[in-house]
Amino acid sequence: MSNLVSGATGDWEVVIGLEVHAQVTSKAKLFSGASATFGADPNQNVSLVDAALPGMLPVINHECVRQAVRTGLGLKAKINLQSVFDRKNYFYADLPQGYQISQFKHPIVGEGVLRIDLADGSSRDIGIERLHLEQDAGKSMHDQHPSKSYIDLNRTGVALMEIVSRPDMRSAAEAAAYVRKLRSILRYLGTCDGNMEEGSLRADVNVSVRRPGEDFGTRTETKNLNSLRFIQQAIDYEVARQIEILEDGGEIDQETRLFDTSTGTTRTMRSKEDAHDYRYFPDPDLLPLVISRDEVDALAAALPELPDDIKDRLTGEYGLSPYDAAVITEERETALYYEQASKGRDRKLVANWMTVELFGALNKSGQTLADCKVTPERLGGLVDLISDGTISGRIAKDVFADMFDSGKDAAAVVEEKGLKQVSDSGAIEEMIDGVIAANEDKVAEYRGGKDKLFGFFVGQVMKQSGGQANPGMVNEILRRKLDG
Amino acid sequence: MTDLLELGAVEARAALAARDVSAVELASAYIAAAEETASQNHYVAMTAERALEMAAQSDARLAKGEGGLIEGLPVGVKDLFCTAGYASTACSHILDGFTPTYESTVTANLWREGGVMIGKLNCDEFAMGSANETSHYGPVINPWRGKDGLDLVPGGSSGGSAAAVAARSALLATGTDTGGSIRQPAAFCGVVGLKPTYGRCSRYGIVAFASSLDQAGPFSRNVADNALMMQAMAGFDEKDSTSANVPLQDLTKAVGQGVKGMKIGIPSEYVMDGMDPDVVTLWQQGQDWLKAAGAELVEISLPHTKYALPAYYIIAPAEASSNLARYDGVRYGLRVEADTLDEMYAKTRAAGFGEEVQRRIMIGTYVLSAGYYDAYYLKAQRVRRLIRDDFDTVFRTVDAILTPATPTAAFAVGRKVDDPVTNFLNDVFTVPANLAGLPGMVVPAGLNGEGLPLGLQLLGRPFDEATLYAAGQVLEDSAGFTATPTGRAGGQS
Repeated sequence: MSNLVSGATGDWEVVIGLEVHAQVTSKAKLFSGASATFGADPNQNVSLVDAALPGMLPVINHECVRQAVRTGLGLKAKINLQSVFDRKNYFYADLPQGYQISQFKHPIVGEGVLRIDLADGSSRDIGIERLHLEQDAGKSMHDQHPSKSYIDLNRTGVALMEIVSRPDMRSAAEAAAYVRKLRSILRYLGTCDGNMEEGSLRADVNVSVRRPGEDFGTRTETKNLNSLRFIQQAIDYEVARQIEILEDGGEIDQETRLFDTSTGTTRTMRSKEDAHDYRYFPDPDLLPLVISRDEVDALAAALPELPDDIKDRLTGEYGLSPYDAAVITEERETALYYEQASKGRDRKLVANWMTVELFGALNKSGQTLADCKVTPERLGGLVDLISDGTISGRIAKDVFADMFDSGKDAAAVVEEKGLKQVSDSGAIEEMIDGVIAANEDKVAEYRGGKDKLFGFFVGQVMKQSGGQANPGMVNEILRRKLDG
Repeated sequence: MTDLLELGAVEARAALAARDVSAVELASAYIAAAEETASQNHYVAMTAERALEMAAQSDARLAKGEGGLIEGLPVGVKDLFCTAGYASTACSHILDGFTPTYESTVTANLWREGGVMIGKLNCDEFAMGSANETSHYGPVINPWRGKDGLDLVPGGSSGGSAAAVAARSALLATGTDTGGSIRQPAAFCGVVGLKPTYGRCSRYGIVAFASSLDQAGPFSRNVADNALMMQAMAGFDEKDSTSANVPLQDLTKAVGQGVKGMKIGIPSEYVMDGMDPDVVTLWQQGQDWLKAAGAELVEISLPHTKYALPAYYIIAPAEASSNLARYDGVRYGLRVEADTLDEMYAKTRAAGFGEEVQRRIMIGTYVLSAGYYDAYYLKAQRVRRLIRDDFDTVFRTVDAILTPATPTAAFAVGRKVDDPVTNFLNDVFTVPANLAGLPGMVVPAGLNGEGLPLGLQLLGRPFDEATLYAAGQVLEDSAGFTATPTGRAGGQS
């Protein structure tokens, strides 16, 4: 699949790298005991350390370290047993220390890889350059008062993982697939809730364009995108903007840009000349962060099965299409549901019922799998009734709709409504004889060579049976009687 | 009352236990002494009410036969330590009125062991200075005077602490030492000061100057008193990530163990131009005393010593420039209002920081900036490593090192204030221990021709304060240093 973008003067290749900031799932902040939960009243989750009072010192929350290691392992990355926290110095009202504690030269996690799943069912590996731990800043609100700004320090000091990709993506769709897969892995691991609306996952997007085969072009960085749609919009806008400039003979400025969600466009935030000098240096309040090999091994051993592994099993062992497998494995809950529902059953049939009927109904009703009344056992029960011929696929759709609303077992619905498939050959033969007798003209036409009429007879029989006749048997007996 | 001021800490503790004196009497004597010496500006704030309250509680415990290591003993606290409910300003205008809700670990330890807080002691602004002349609250006057009768500096940055202990306005005092800020004023004021091994005393609740160098320590009139206070204030603290979980030795026991069989290193590099000849003489005298007491003297070389000062004046300002970024007028302390955030920062920090602090912030910002980091900060860190290696090497053969404490005795107030580089040279013998994280003790050992006190410095292996107390006691005994300053409470002037 070619990702080239054609401009007025020829094709362009898009080069994208992402820096994703993922909020670490933890009770307390990275260097203070204050709560890291979302949604408290302003300035309620602020410790003396967060507010940077004189003489206050950071103490690492080791759970955040474990979460970073788990994430690194999930990205098949190198875990650095020794890493260093640095100070990134700049002044801002929502940065009480006057510096952010981050990891600059020696991150906790090194190179790894992320496999993305594309719409056509294919997959591609995207390189991970590094993952490091850092503190989040607070929140400034400039629109609450005509002349003052309000500061909320609740988020100050909350642990973030900055996950930096290699410039390996070649389209907005790949970038979206990358974020989707990364989010999926983080959620499987339980290291980040992936909630983009609440800001738990946000991306900085680096975009450049070049002629195929040439060196990298000058890139721009668009900051703080908090939805997959915005990521794609920002990339599409940047690609078009850059190509236009280059084709007009201009040059791209290496700069930081902001995305305007209302217009879907980006604009200059600061140019390279205005870039901060962060004066990084190792934080002298903290010793180098050391993790033991044993601890890493223990975390690795306790890691849950990840989407790629499950997907491989689904496509390989179970024979599902890559697309269905990707859809089912995106969320851990869905994958677990599928495993339970399909165990000992027709795997493909269960996958179909999940991706089409179940997901369709959930989408329509706005429910999540967690509050869905059709449990894995119930969906499995429905599939059992299809497989053993008790009901037809068509009847099953009605049964499913009932189950979705009522939460009943498939067997109970079938029993109550008398939807059991008629597989009694005598009864079916009787119905067929009736249909043949009532449509002698059509029978003659059929036997005269009008093959297409076969469907008409099937329809008539099914109608007579109220849809309950076993379609396979109807076919077989009809053919014998008409052709015989 | 004057008699009470003559008791050292160990003596006073015994007298309290025997109920010969009460803690309230002792506290009252020191409060009166502080008032008497108020013109020397030791204290930036007295906490007399609190002192009497704490003393009364001490008396109650002592009456029951209970009490901590320093139960009922009056302690002055350098203003760099945060004390809950009492203004803690690091003697800076920018922390005007800042009153913490929390207590530093070191002072909390002292109060837990029964210490009685007399007040907050003057110091250089943010501990930046070697003469206690950069304090927002004015200079401290050394209780000692030379023959010319000029007001002398007490040294710095813990100038108030050293002067108070010398002048008897505090029995014990806390200090902090980043490049010599305990040891140099101890030498200038004729008292004992210890800079413990980095990590021995928690930095939690102490206003930070240079985090990788700052270390709190005790001031006292003699070595045994110093060991008692150190025993009370030190200890592992999980609130400070650089605190060392190494068990503290029995320091009070170490005092009096002598130096028999000990190997004492004499570094050939600890001489410099402009050194007071009396200092050289005293250093030789110190070697003779230790030898006479049974120690073996070993000539050693610490070849990178001359690079210590330049490295220090890169690393300390670099860390300070970042540590002091939090004083921005947004949340506490001074704020000078302005139309924009950047203007508010600039005006607040220009008004709130004194000249020396601004100088070091600018130096620190410069050496960390892009393009200069490698040449300055990184190189200084490499030098630091080499200095540590120098010490590691010699400590394979010697148990402690004897050096002069300072190149000269105390100088006149105002004499060096306009010459930062000369001021920096005060720290030439003390800075290496901070860079290497080693313990260092200064013991008063004699007077120069002007009648001003001079000190000797002992440096030890990491976490081996015990050897310093043993050797320090030998120096003290041999020197028989009994002179007291004219400016002391109950004294002549």
